[in-house]
Amino acid sequence: MVTMETREGEYGTVGIGDLAPRVRQDTMLINMGPQHPSTHGVLRLQLELDGETVVKCTPHLGYVHTGIEKTIESRTWQQAVTATDRMDYLVPLINNLGYALAVEKLIGCEIPPRAQVARVILSELQRISSHLVWMGTHAIDLGAMSVFLYCFREREQICDLFDLTTGQRMMTSYIRVGGLAQELHPDFPERTRKFCREFPSHIDQYEALLKENEIWQERTMGVGILTGEQALALGVTGPVLRASGVNWDLRKAQPYSGYEQYDFEVPLATEGDCYARYRVRMQEMRQSLRIIEQALDRLPDGPTRTSDRKVSLPPREEINRSMEALIHHFKLVTEGIRVPAGEVYVAVESARGELGFYVVSDGTNHPYRCHVREPNFVNLQALPAIMEGRLVADAVACIGSLDPVIGGVDR
Amino acid sequence: MSTEAQAEAPPAEDTRHPAAKALDAGLPGALVLASEDRGQAVLLVERDRIRETLQLLRDDPALRLDWLMDVTAIDYLGMGREPRFNVVYQLLSRQFNQRVTVKVGVPEGDEVAPSVTPDWPTANWLEREVYDMMGIRFSGHPDLRRILMPHDWQTYPQRKDVPLGEEPVAFSDNVPPNEPA
Repeated sequence: MVTMETREGEYGTVGIGDLAPRVRQDTMLINMGPQHPSTHGVLRLQLELDGETVVKCTPHLGYVHTGIEKTIESRTWQQAVTATDRMDYLVPLINNLGYALAVEKLIGCEIPPRAQVARVILSELQRISSHLVWMGTHAIDLGAMSVFLYCFREREQICDLFDLTTGQRMMTSYIRVGGLAQELHPDFPERTRKFCREFPSHIDQYEALLKENEIWQERTMGVGILTGEQALALGVTGPVLRASGVNWDLRKAQPYSGYEQYDFEVPLATEGDCYARYRVRMQEMRQSLRIIEQALDRLPDGPTRTSDRKVSLPPREEINRSMEALIHHFKLVTEGIRVPAGEVYVAVESARGELGFYVVSDGTNHPYRCHVREPNFVNLQALPAIMEGRLVADAVACIGSLDPVIGGVDR
Repeated sequence: MSTEAQAEAPPAEDTRHPAAKALDAGLPGALVLASEDRGQAVLLVERDRIRETLQLLRDDPALRLDWLMDVTAIDYLGMGREPRFNVVYQLLSRQFNQRVTVKVGVPEGDEVAPSVTPDWPTANWLEREVYDMMGIRFSGHPDLRRILMPHDWQTYPQRKDVPLGEEPVAFSDNVPPNEPA
């Protein structure tokens, strides 16, 4: 048996001992978190400071690790979608979509057009909602308290839209394997259009408060610079990558759910600092609105679930007439879906980057393995790179601009 | 079969994925099995040659698989497959917009694999998570320690022989009579 020394032995207690072998005598160790209003969740950062300069930043994760990947292995294919809501809890619908697409690729079932368009509308609404939370929390971290209230006021409207059609404000589990959980609420298209009419003026409002604001610029321009090469090497994706000048968006490069039909731009910036990331996300909200309006125009009539009877329940009238329908209903309710054996990796563009699902089936009615490639986890690796060598006062701006959601980091 | 029939039969076309062909040409013996699943190329390579394999796939001008998106592992204990573990690498080429999956087999009792962190900084935390969850050590990793579980945790939770660990809830009918309800 090959033995290999890990560094576990060097780290005795969780605390100052973690860095003991490497701590210089002239630096100070400061703990930021795990309970801290500005770490965007339960994130612990061990900062080694030389005066006010951060010499070393060591993130400690796992405070919200709930074993979601292992839990999914004990659920049926349809039950598992509820676990995906709770990873990156600001984009549950996008998590649902990634999982559903992966399982549908394994099964090989067709999704009707109405469900595909609805999925796009819901994903983009979710993206706006996530960016609003980011905007509000990032701004309040840096002292712009009104922006927080305004962003959450708009996010409230989106939560109401989700509540209307999915029954839930946040943990929706609405985009499921085979389509949507239920038909869209009849008022949903009109109320979404109303939101789309009103929202651009709100984005203007946030930009009026921040974009030319001297304090905002002082705190974000030139802060937390991440070059394109660093970002690519660290596996960073999403708005952070695009703010560093790399033009890569899965909705354009490897479109899914009909994204190739919509006309939208991918915002880019080149400076790679916090201000660039702010600008990219503001533009992304505007582009998401464009997609939603086009999708609403395109929303066709029809079923919202696949007609494959091995995946979707048959309608009740059919059960009274057809023996086959009865058997399908029975099998689906008692056993659940059976997915043919195989392995697949499917990625979607989450609000924070490439959200990948590596799903393995052994032919039974529950997932054998579902590993989630979380953009939050991989992007957070860039935090030491953008914080080290800079002032500790910039730490909060750096964390906020990377937009980590610790539920996604830890799963 | 007569020699005339053999001479007339056209040579079998190599329909494997270009990555498999490049790997066989550049690193003979590294590729164990090239397969495809739902349209995605999967290359199973020799464990000790994973670093060279990924370097070749990155540097080949026709492949340019220069983006490592994910490193994860899977425990095949429940499926009875050998070797017990696979470490799975997801590669992406931005230039050619294609994905390739690379896997290495890691047998039970010898759960070590070479780390690719020196070439791919993104693998740092990804390999730490594999070590934490599956117990596969990565030789050459600069900082291999647990990342999600507490640093003194004893088991590797994602392995199939480690239970999910749901706590039993005490209801009145399963609390022993001598204990307070």
